[in-house]
Amino acid sequence: MKLTVLSGKGGTGKTTVAVNMALSLPNIQLLDADVEEPNCQYFLKPEFNQSEEIYRKIPEIDQTKCTACRKCVDFCEYNALAMMLDEVLVFPEICHSCGGCEKICPENAITEIDRALGVLKHSASEHDIDFWQGELNIGEESSVPVIEALKEKMDFKKDIIIDAQPGTTCPTIEAVADSDYGILVTEPTPFGLSDLKIASQLMDELKIPYGVIINRAEEESDHIIENYCEKNNIDILLKIPFKREFAYLYSDGIPFVIDYPEWQEKFKTVFAEIRGVLDEKNYSN
Amino acid sequence: MKKITVISGKGGTGKTTLVSNLAYLAEDLVLADCDVDAPNLHLLLNPEVEETNIFKSNKLAVKDNSKCVDCGICNQVCRFNAVSPISYEIDPYKCEGCGVCVEMCPEDALSLELMETGEIYNSTTRFGPMIHANLKIGSDNSGKLVSEVREKAVKKGEKLNKDLILIDGSPGIGCPVISSITGVDLVLFVTEPSKSGFSDLKRVAQVIKHFNIPALAVINKYDINKAISQEIEEYLEEEKIELVGKISFSSIVVDSLRNAELVVEQKKEAKISQEIVDIWNKIKTNIK
Repeated sequence: MKLTVLSGKGGTGKTTVAVNMALSLPNIQLLDADVEEPNCQYFLKPEFNQSEEIYRKIPEIDQTKCTACRKCVDFCEYNALAMMLDEVLVFPEICHSCGGCEKICPENAITEIDRALGVLKHSASEHDIDFWQGELNIGEESSVPVIEALKEKMDFKKDIIIDAQPGTTCPTIEAVADSDYGILVTEPTPFGLSDLKIASQLMDELKIPYGVIINRAEEESDHIIENYCEKNNIDILLKIPFKREFAYLYSDGIPFVIDYPEWQEKFKTVFAEIRGVLDEKNYSN
Repeated sequence: MKKITVISGKGGTGKTTLVSNLAYLAEDLVLADCDVDAPNLHLLLNPEVEETNIFKSNKLAVKDNSKCVDCGICNQVCRFNAVSPISYEIDPYKCEGCGVCVEMCPEDALSLELMETGEIYNSTTRFGPMIHANLKIGSDNSGKLVSEVREKAVKKGEKLNKDLILIDGSPGIGCPVISSITGVDLVLFVTEPSKSGFSDLKRVAQVIKHFNIPALAVINKYDINKAISQEIEEYLEEEKIELVGKISFSSIVVDSLRNAELVVEQKKEAKISQEIVDIWNKIKTNIK
């Protein structure tokens, strides 16, 4: 089973859910796909024993061959190439590595070279979790190729939990695409609700089944989320209460299932419920 | 006129809450919500929308099936795996609109079409004009929409001769964040004393350094973990980022948020309101 933990709004508790759930279950592979700000590491404290650089291709112009015909400059949809007097300039940060300029250059003046974009890191020993983390290099704009490379590490002999980036744009979609199920983490505030709506629309559009975990839950305010979920027939999988101790443990990088082991059972139940929902779905298909 | 973008690295540290409270204190400014992925500022400021514009910047490859001969070249040349190897249909979520397939198609069956990226709103709040947007679900190119929101806010400010443009940014360090800080005078970091908050701050601060933009910082909920707050303070000092204030962890903030109220307006006497007023005063001396 492949689960992705996501949210519209940032800081709702995706990493908290992903890590604590991973620690509650056997035979788990955890992928940190929030490559702009990968944070699972502060809770798992892994000793990384393997790392791989991720490269992408950017064009290099051979000025001796270039005739300044401008074809590449006109072709590039991202304005990553510009004409400066008789020379073509490359702006690597905004290049999407589509390879088009190299293909269309009539003089074969363009070759593609590697540019480091990010890094994948692996640790196997920590808490028996097979942990992979993607990390985007500072100053780079596009997370998607790093997430793609990370997903190539998926081991389907295990249950996979993916911690996604907040939002509903390309990096989040790349993380959640082809998951069996999405866990949408939210909080009982108007912000949480507004962003949950956006995230659930995305899941509907991607046709991936999903449920909701309410983090920082408080009896007097949970109705903000509960009403919406009830109206739209969305399962609420779990509520994690608003507790100063949980906030403190979080701040110190301690997964709360370690100090409150009874929560492992709750995560196991959630996991079993999700499996049940998916089995039923497969059966009815 | 000064342009300030509020960012954090990590999400949920309190950017929008702080921006809306600062808007009340600044009284007269232009606001921009550049978190087009998950915009929230409107929930606290109740803007009245005066004008809505459709923003198109996304291009997608579109196939004319009557011309397609299923040769599969599009699938071979696409770097984004956007063309199905079986049906040769184009996946709009994966297509980045580069145009390589269009160029290489021997049958002229493909073309690039401009798609809707989202809507941009020209609105008014009780503190001044506000520019905000809604990104179409699943749309690519949020960076361009962010740039458009920022530029519109700046133009508005110039036209109305305002002193301040306050921009609410998005979490992360990638494309939307970079688009929201382009050309601004100052960045304000809102961080929190957690291991992840601190490390995310360091990553986003490196990005800002790379672009050479002066920065100020606020530590929100600083008393949740005073040891980490102390570490953050030391880091800020080393990096010569002025700490303009620390905000206490308070249930008043959460309550105000739930009622869509501004703490500095409704709970003037609260300690936390004073903390935000002090922050605003320090920001003011930095933008004079």
